Order: sequence, then structure tokens, then C-alpha cells
Amino acid sequence: MDTLIQQIINGLVLGSIYALVALGYTMVYGILGLINFAHGEVVMVGALTALSIVKALAGTGLPGPVIVLFGLMGAVPVCMALGFVIERVAYRPLRNAPRLAPLITAIGVSIVLQQLMMLGWGSTYLSFPPLLSTAPHSLMGASINDLQIAIIAVAALTMGGLVLLVQRTRIGRAMRATAENPSIASLMGVNVNRIISFTFVIGSALGALAGVMVSANYSIAHYSMGFMLGLKAFTAAVLGGIGNLAGAMLGGILLGLIESLGSGYIGDLTGGVLGSNYRDVFAFLVLILVLVLRPSGLMGERVSERA
Amino acid sequence: MSDVLLAASGIGKRFGGVQALQNVSLTIRRGEIYGLIGPNGAGKTTFFNVLTGLYAADAGEVILDGTRLNIGVPHEVTQQGIARTFQNIRLFGNMTALENVMVGRHLRSRAGVIGAVLRTAATRAEEAAITDRAHRLLQYVGVESRANDLARNLSYGEQRRLEIARALATEPRLLALDEPAAGMNATETAGLRLLIESIRADGVTLLLIEHDVKLVMGLCDRVAVLEYGEKIAEDVPEVVQRDPKVIEAYLGGAID
Repeated sequence: MDTLIQQIINGLVLGSIYALVALGYTMVYGILGLINFAHGEVVMVGALTALSIVKALAGTGLPGPVIVLFGLMGAVPVCMALGFVIERVAYRPLRNAPRLAPLITAIGVSIVLQQLMMLGWGSTYLSFPPLLSTAPHSLMGASINDLQIAIIAVAALTMGGLVLLVQRTRIGRAMRATAENPSIASLMGVNVNRIISFTFVIGSALGALAGVMVSANYSIAHYSMGFMLGLKAFTAAVLGGIGNLAGAMLGGILLGLIESLGSGYIGDLTGGVLGSNYRDVFAFLVLILVLVLRPSGLMGERVSERA
Repeated sequence: MSDVLLAASGIGKRFGGVQALQNVSLTIRRGEIYGLIGPNGAGKTTFFNVLTGLYAADAGEVILDGTRLNIGVPHEVTQQGIARTFQNIRLFGNMTALENVMVGRHLRSRAGVIGAVLRTAATRAEEAAITDRAHRLLQYVGVESRANDLARNLSYGEQRRLEIARALATEPRLLALDEPAAGMNATETAGLRLLIESIRADGVTLLLIEHDVKLVMGLCDRVAVLEYGEKIAEDVPEVVQRDPKVIEAYLGGAID
């Protein structure tokens, strides 16, 4: 029983992170119909930026959470700027090109970012200083630490804020209008290019937040960490129904739970033949099943006709 | 202030080998209802698309109220004061009727991200003003009762009216309606006619593309006729109706 609770807690933490990253994929897809494969790398850049700031401040005697907050405050604007530049340089010139062109460009951007960060930060695994309290609280026989509570709470608050932004504000309305039909939105006076930039910037800010969470929670950061994380978050977005905000959140949480429960029980279920190192299998099994059984995802609507 | 609101001169547009518009010039006077008619494929909608910035013209220019329109950049054209509806209704189907109109207020409002996040007093006041204005526009066109329904669930006639409300929300000086009566029954068309007249009475100049010749002749102050991308007539309806070129090209005989 306590294993179950523990795996659920772990799943929620992981799922919150997936959800934040998945939102970046789904928002861009919703507006441009583009899968921004470089998004995982934005998350990585956020993690490494925060790591450097945190390391620089680690000896100053500031309280741990304050240092991590500074790291976050550095990573978020860096990633926002990066998201803006990626769209401007790599995707905007290809706005009217065949869909394959921006997709391949996205993969190219992803490789460029990985290599650039490797040049700057090296190819070894970097450890995130243990600044945050990891003293466990017990919860129904399982344990949860302050950092995990903070991750779940911050992710929930951020996602709530995003929903309000999209549903209740002027710029959110313009985003939804652009997602439905960019040319009509522009005829109604919406500056579509600005909305697209804004979408990339917001998605990248969420990615930076997720990057800091991942590296703090697993105490590690690495130039290629964005690849697998990005792929999983993309899976979460597809699971929820890509293009759908609520779907990305649901998909992220579900995927986190599936992965966590799966890797927690796979040993018992297979009599020890397969271990928890098979955890990645679950995410991609989910991706395959969704693509086969329900390609539009859990909350996805029919594929919209896009001229 | 001159009485000419819009002057298009020498507009040309080519699609591959097809000359869709050739040297089209016309002037729309302040406060009038101006009709644009012509057989199918004559270039009416192409002209609309050039005028509202959807296509860049190959030749010519459009002057609105003394300012050259930046044609080819739709949101700037809207900013300068032209709004339109579409022959095939193009609403934001997954947004409510009210939200559709509120999108039309986008460029007449300013709230940015900072204000939205901090919920500043100015942002909240602006949002309330947008909502209020949108409700009044829905009332004006007569679909207020459907304010909170998704646009795609409105009836055909309601959708046409909603499109007009959304266009009016941008505070246009020129409202361009692309076949507003298409698919409407006689009662709906009569209602539309009243709506168009009241929009004019409120000081908005209208440009109308319409197939319903009776509606155009009865409603418009002046009418231009396009054929094969060229203007073949421009005058008051009574004169245009008797123009032999027009009768031959478009009406196919006398009209009653």
C-alpha cells in the first residue's frame, strides 16, 4: 500500500513537470500546427542557466530556496528570449513553407542548441547543489519532501494562471482567435506575428520553470537532458490531445503516474525479469497506443481543417 | 474633410495567368452605401481581399480618408478603419458569440501581459468596457440572447449578424460586407436591410458585394459593376440598370 502511495507521489511530481513542458508543445502546435522539437532543449537551457547561477551563489550564505529562486529568475528570461529568437530566426521564414521544412528545422535547432550548450557547459553530468530541504514528511505511509510539495504546488498555480490568461484576458482571446484562424484574426485587427511570438515566449517560460524543477528534483543537469524529457512531454501532449491546453495538463499528469507506477511494479509483475530501468518503455508504449487507438488524444477534437 | 472616404486607383491583381483585376478605380463617398456587383468570377471578392489587406495588389493604391492603406498587412488595414465580413462565414467557432465580438475590440484596446497578470485597475476597467461594448453590439445586431453560446452553434442568419457585430467592434469607417444576404430567406433579408440602413445612419460607410440584385438596387446609393476584372460601370442604380453594357454582361436582360 505505501509503495502505491509513494509511486503516486513520485508520479505527480514527474507528471507536473511533464505537464509544464507539454504545454509548451501544445500551445505552439495549437497556433502554428508545428511540433517544436527544440522545446526540450529550451528546458535544458533553463536548467543549465539556473544551475550556473545557483552554483555561483551557493557559497554566499543565502538561504537555499532564495538561491534557487534567483536561479529561476535568471533561467526564465533567458528561455523567454531564446524562445522568441528561435521562432524569429528558424520558424517565421518558413511560415508558408511545406510542413516538413519547419519540422526538420526544429530538429536542427535542437541539435544546434545541444551542441552549443555542450561547448559551454561540458559533456559531463553536472550536479545541482543540494540547497533545498529534502527531509521527508510522512504521508499515509509514504514520504514526500518540501521540494516535491513545492513542485506540485508551483506547477498547479502556474497552470491555473495560464488557463486564466488564455480564457479571461485580451491577449488570451487573441491567442485563441489566432489558433482558430490566423488570417481571420489578423483581419479583425490582431497582430498575428506578435501573438505567435508571445506564445513561444510563454511556452519557453514554462519550459524554464520545468527545467529548474527537474534539475533540482533529480539533482542533475546535462546538455542532452532535454531530449528525453522533450520526447516524453511531447508524448504527454499527444496523449491529452495536442493543441489542447487542458489535455496537455491531464496528459502530463497521467504520463507521470503511468511511468511511476509502471516502473514501481514492473519488477513484481514480471517476477524480477524486467526492472525499473524499463521506465522509459512505458511512455513510448503509451505514445504508440494513443496513436493507434485514439490519435486525437484524450481531449482532442477532430483534426481541424487548416488551409 | 473631403466627401471621398475611399479612393482605389488602378488596382491590378494577377494570379498566375489570370488577370483577376485590371486597372480598377473607384471612389466611395462618406456615408453612402456602395454596391459592387458582377457575374461570378468577375473579381469582386478579389477586390475585397485586396482592399482589406488579405492580398497584396500588383498595381495601384488605395487611399482611405487621405491616408494610403498599407495593403498586404491585414491588421494594419483594420487599424486604419476597414472591417469586413465573409462570403463563407468565418467566425471563431470555438469561442462564444460574445468573445468573437471581443476579439474585434482587440486593436481598440491596449492591455498587455503585465496588466493581465497583475490585474491592474486599468486592465480590469478596460476588460469591463470591452465586455460592455461587445454586449451592446450583440444587442445592436439582435443576437444578444446567444451571447454565451459557441459561435458555431448559432443559426446561419445569427452567424451572419454576429460577423457584422464583430466587424463593427473594430470601429470601422468603412464596413465591407461580402454577400451578406447569401443563403438568407426573404424575412431574414428584410431584417438585414434594416440593419444595414441603421449602420449607415450611425455614420459608417458601407461597401456591399451582393448577388441579390433587388437588394443592391434598392439599398445602394451608387453601384459599380465588374466584369472580367474590369469596371464597366459606376453610377446610381437607376443609371446602372439601364446601361447596355451592364445588361449584356450581367443582368442578361431587363430587370423589373
